[in-house]
Amino acid sequence: MRIIFYILKKEFKQIFRNKMMIPIIFVMPIFQMLLLVYAATFEMKNIDFAVVDYDNSKVSRGLVQKLSNSPFFNIAAYEKNIDAAEEYLLHDEADLILIFPANFETKLVKENKSEMQIIINAINGTVAGISQGYLSQILAEYNKEIIVDFLNFEPSLASTIQIKPRFWYNPELNYKVYMVPGILAVLVTVIGMFLSGLNLVREKELGTIEQINVTPIKKHHFIIGKLVPFLIIGLFDLAFGLFIAKLVFDIPMVGSFVTLFIMASVYLFVVLGAGLLVSTFADTQQQVMFIGYFLMIVFILMSGIFTPTESMPIWAQKLNLLNPMYYFMSSIRMILLKGSSLVDLQFQLYSLIVYGIVMISLAVWKYKKVN
Amino acid sequence: MSNFSIDIQNINKSYEKTTALKNINLSVNKGELFGLVGPDGAGKTSLIRILTSLVLPDSGQAFVDGFDVVKDYKKIRQNVGYMPGKFSLYMDLTVLENLNFFATIFGTTIEENYELVKPIYSQIESFKHRKAGALSGGMKQKLALSCALIHKPTVLFLDEPTTGVDAVSRVEFWGMLKDLKSKGISILVSTPYMDEAELCDRVALMQSGEIMQINSPQQIVNDFSHTLWQLKSDNLYKTLQSLRNWDKTHSAHAFGQSVHFVANSSKITSSEIKEYMEEAGLENIEISGIKASIEDCFMELMTNNPTN
Repeated sequence: MRIIFYILKKEFKQIFRNKMMIPIIFVMPIFQMLLLVYAATFEMKNIDFAVVDYDNSKVSRGLVQKLSNSPFFNIAAYEKNIDAAEEYLLHDEADLILIFPANFETKLVKENKSEMQIIINAINGTVAGISQGYLSQILAEYNKEIIVDFLNFEPSLASTIQIKPRFWYNPELNYKVYMVPGILAVLVTVIGMFLSGLNLVREKELGTIEQINVTPIKKHHFIIGKLVPFLIIGLFDLAFGLFIAKLVFDIPMVGSFVTLFIMASVYLFVVLGAGLLVSTFADTQQQVMFIGYFLMIVFILMSGIFTPTESMPIWAQKLNLLNPMYYFMSSIRMILLKGSSLVDLQFQLYSLIVYGIVMISLAVWKYKKVN
Repeated sequence: MSNFSIDIQNINKSYEKTTALKNINLSVNKGELFGLVGPDGAGKTSLIRILTSLVLPDSGQAFVDGFDVVKDYKKIRQNVGYMPGKFSLYMDLTVLENLNFFATIFGTTIEENYELVKPIYSQIESFKHRKAGALSGGMKQKLALSCALIHKPTVLFLDEPTTGVDAVSRVEFWGMLKDLKSKGISILVSTPYMDEAELCDRVALMQSGEIMQINSPQQIVNDFSHTLWQLKSDNLYKTLQSLRNWDKTHSAHAFGQSVHFVANSSKITSSEIKEYMEEAGLENIEISGIKASIEDCFMELMTNNPTN
């Protein structure tokens, strides 16, 4: 016990003597939270559109007016013909084009229906989809207005099915509520995986491991010395991140913090183990960085931070069972937003425990004092 | 249990295609200061790493303090001190923290073994709150030696401790080794410097993974059976070239500003050599008969067994 205590003391001393450590521990969470949460948004603002109005009627002008009044759409240009409007799309000055054919209004009045064309730039499929969604909504509203206007006819509420959805766990569909827990999960992963891996391989690079290996130090003492400090730092950063989340974004925190920190500790053991395992293979910090970076990208993109994991192909969903971040990503959201307990998170908890045991055992086994 | 502090029997080691050690047999007596002498790549470090249980031999057996380096590696790690060739202490910890750390992981304290490290540690004690990375080369070396001694080892392994250390510190360092030896610690030290070989009780001359000779430095020098000449002239390189082309030459090696020359017949005279050198167009010729040094013996051994 005295030895473990002393080893931990030594590791902490070294960690805090490293000039880069304090910025990594304090500045990184602030940056990630403030920058990424605002930047990684699904909300669309400032959708620019160009208009080609061959009809130039009350109805067509009314729609353009309505779009311009919405906070999401900005009118970029009024053009005489389609070719000129397409130029805007080509030069990225407009995201979509509205084309009203001649007789748009007449047809509407006579035949009770009319058609117009919308061309959307789909270089970014997500943006295109969201723009179309907003546009459809505004069009539907406008539709109702002109029925009232033209026909002097109030559509009876009874005749249509009214859908009023209620969004549980995030009633306002505030994307920040969705993103913040995700960013926190990324933060914990970065701290866990890189710091532990880099720390061990640094001893290899400097040759200090050579001196350590001829001492009677026990393997598990040494590994504990490499794990525990970063477990504590990881949990501290999670707490710090939660503090920012509450203070700046006022994220709802429905669940119990005890549950969250238990899950986070188990998860940290998995990523710390993965970091150590990588460092037992690698000889330099550079190699750890590259392998760690590769794993991080895969873990993050498959974790469900941006896109729901359920929409991935079945084989990818199966593969994702190997992604530790997948378990933690769903856990942290479920705990914070829904108030899930450990019972609800049994699957994630047991999977991570098994994963952690495997990772750390492999790391201890791979770390050989003799070669 | 043998009376040897280190006992090596038929050790072989190769890394992929390179052979690092070929059939090494060697024993070091208790309380002996033993030197492994040879150029870079001779296998000195590999041998020390096997003896400190960091590397497993391919075949053969080795015992340190009676413990098998493979089976009883745990006992060995308790009982030996090791100073690797590269400075391997924590640069970001202070002198005192380093020493304390190594004392602790050996389950001891600085106070307990202070007597042993005192002569060395006291020289750097005034810098005990300075980080190891900020020490000078000589002070780093003293700290490394203190850390290797803090658990009172019975055998001390030093891998090229004086490489890259200034001349004054080198002399000082060998003085410290003599002191440790007098306290009963067996020391195995490797060095590429031939002049340091003369400071050991016995040395093994190594080359390309093989031991060419084991003996006391005195005996090695006495065993040098040839007449050795020291030749000087105005042009060292030309002297060497012309002598190597002479049919009466056994060997000719550059030693500083002179050439050490051995003829293939002991009957050769200095006037005969001078005559040859003058014919070769050399001037300011000085010729004297000298006593062989360890380096001459090493060169002689290499001339006789051109292994690679």
